[in-house]
Amino acid sequence: MSDPTKPGATPADPARRAALKTLAGAGAAAAALPLWARYTHAQSAAPIRVGFQMHATGIGAAYGRWYDRTTRAAARVINAAGGINGRPLEIVTEDDGTDPRRGAEVVEKFANQHRVDVAFGTLFSHVVIGSAPRAGELKLPYFVVSEGHHVASGMLNRWTLQPGITDVKSQVLAVAPFVAETLGRKVTMIFPDYAFGHDHRDFFSEAIAAQGGEVIAKLAIPPTETSFTRYFPRIPRETEVIYHVMVGPAVLTFVKEMGEFFGPSRPAIFGFIDSLEAVDLRSPGLDFLEGTYFWEGMPRYVQPDQTEFDRHFRAEVGIDENGASASDPRDVSTYAHMFGCWETLYIIKRGMEAAGYAGPQDRQKLVEAVEAMTDMPESNEHPQGAKLFNGRTHQVFGQQHVSRLENGRLDVVRTVPLEETFYPDEVDYTTRPF
Amino acid sequence: MNARILALHGGLLALLLALHFLLPVYHHGNLARIMVLACYAIGYNLLFGYTGLLSLGHAMFFAAGMYGMGMPLYHLGLGAELAFLAGIAAAGGLALVVGLLALRTVGVAFMIVTLMFSQAFYLAILLAVRWTRGDEGLVLAGADRVLFGLDLTDPDIRYLLALGLFALCLSAALWLVRRPFGRVLVAIRENPERAELLGYDIFRHKLAAVVLSGLFSGAAGAAYGLMFGYVGASFAEVHFSIFPLLWVLLGGAGTVIGPFFGVLFMFYLIDISSGLTPAYMLVAGVALVLLTLFAPQGLVGEVRRRWLRWLP
Repeated sequence: MSDPTKPGATPADPARRAALKTLAGAGAAAAALPLWARYTHAQSAAPIRVGFQMHATGIGAAYGRWYDRTTRAAARVINAAGGINGRPLEIVTEDDGTDPRRGAEVVEKFANQHRVDVAFGTLFSHVVIGSAPRAGELKLPYFVVSEGHHVASGMLNRWTLQPGITDVKSQVLAVAPFVAETLGRKVTMIFPDYAFGHDHRDFFSEAIAAQGGEVIAKLAIPPTETSFTRYFPRIPRETEVIYHVMVGPAVLTFVKEMGEFFGPSRPAIFGFIDSLEAVDLRSPGLDFLEGTYFWEGMPRYVQPDQTEFDRHFRAEVGIDENGASASDPRDVSTYAHMFGCWETLYIIKRGMEAAGYAGPQDRQKLVEAVEAMTDMPESNEHPQGAKLFNGRTHQVFGQQHVSRLENGRLDVVRTVPLEETFYPDEVDYTTRPF
Repeated sequence: MNARILALHGGLLALLLALHFLLPVYHHGNLARIMVLACYAIGYNLLFGYTGLLSLGHAMFFAAGMYGMGMPLYHLGLGAELAFLAGIAAAGGLALVVGLLALRTVGVAFMIVTLMFSQAFYLAILLAVRWTRGDEGLVLAGADRVLFGLDLTDPDIRYLLALGLFALCLSAALWLVRRPFGRVLVAIRENPERAELLGYDIFRHKLAAVVLSGLFSGAAGAAYGLMFGYVGASFAEVHFSIFPLLWVLLGGAGTVIGPFFGVLFMFYLIDISSGLTPAYMLVAGVALVLLTLFAPQGLVGEVRRRWLRWLP
């Protein structure tokens, strides 16, 4: 394992020297190149390796499939435009089974076996939280696409960033004024009884109170529940709005049973599209949701004011105007979230170019370059819309959408500008050591 | 015979120590994990392999060790040394309570009761979100993960401590199964009525096996949380109760070193096959079926059957 460029390295043996001499003639042309040209060539030939931590199996598989397609499309487009610093981008994929234990192992595999430059793409909060400590110890920049509040809450580390997707706290803050002004001020929340649901409960209760509304009942549903009929009678009669964030396979049952309970006279209903990502909204049983409202990170259905950037994004990823695969209309995407992978890869590119990134020795410079970013204008790189990155909290902010379900499709009724999604910093990662 | 047994087990530990200096960094990290998980498997093997009690709820003991260590460390700022002991005590206490109740049943009923206890424990972790952060879990800060002045974020220290824990568990298991106590456990596994007729208190021996098994599992859980900085509810899920059963079956139930080889085999089966094909679970499944068909006593069990009959 001696390095011939280092002093004291083992000299080549005579036979090897002789062989090199005979090769010298054939290699003359290459040798004639100036030193800098050979160096540049060697550098440009080596790809930038991005470890993609994919939820290929487990509960996150539907998201993982689309995160994968989006990531591959972005890498292809970036490479067609010359790569990063003139080097091609290579995606190294590992399945984490949507499991925090395997997630941490995958991060180690990226750093120590695949020797990737950065790791990226994790969605489910518990996998992020399980993997981030190892990324921090291995000093591997870890770009998550999770929308969890865990990054901005300060519980993670200097090496973990979320520059490509907004977090749940800013999303909830953004939609609260719409709920209070348009739908009603007395809200009953129905949410899964674990951390994701509790984040919604806490952030929304605070946000709606700031709008002069109140949460009059909080129905926490145990995660193992498969039937919900016994919870609906607990919804107070004076409820004006139901706010629901159920997720997982039971969501269709939840909607169907809610429809059976209320019949035609129901309060206004507001939900997060997270419940129905990768689900066809015309599925049997979902008709009860007609006329209800959803938060969307990026509108699934093409809107009348579609930007050229959305058009470009759909074309490159292979998405039709209804948010499904262009080759199979039944294969519905996770459109409200997956743009985050696309945008994050462009931020990695921009960060590496700003830092003059040449290899793993520049990982710290890369993190510092991303921390220094602020404005991200709406563009082909940021098709979801303009964003503002907060380097102190490692979290990006962007516009949010409220859409109404009408005739089996979602139409945007309000777009909340990014300035209305801010909240006070809870951490300053830039003061933490690397 | 004693010399052979000592040479084999001591040799394995010496080999693991030598590998510390030889292995590339990725495999070095993997082996640290494998050794800690092997402690969990050794604990499971005491109950399943030696006593013949098939538990489907051992994840609760692993998680009790992990949370029993993690919560005092995270919330109360307890030092890592005391937190580690608290984790082991939590697992032992839970094993005692579960054992007292579950051992009133046998066979399939025992499997179901342990499974139910484990699910209740898992849901309790999810519901006690104020202290456990539910499914998301707790991240233990690097500064808190210092054991007797040794920084557990350092991969070398982590490996050597994992080896130390594994050596302790392996030696304790070897000592236990070769003592009269261990012989009685085997007698209970083979023929409980006969053991009872000979005057042994079956219930107390089984209870002791459950508690010991819980202590081993809890020590592994506490160590895993401390070493890798994360305490999460997924370690209490049902699949984490199935894993030790698989590891022990693959490695060889009722052999002292079998569990280690079971964990090693399973870890690399997943790791290597996932690099070859996205359908790696299928590859792993086929490999497990083949192994069960052609080496029904597990890897080490098969070695014992064919060549080394003296293996403990």
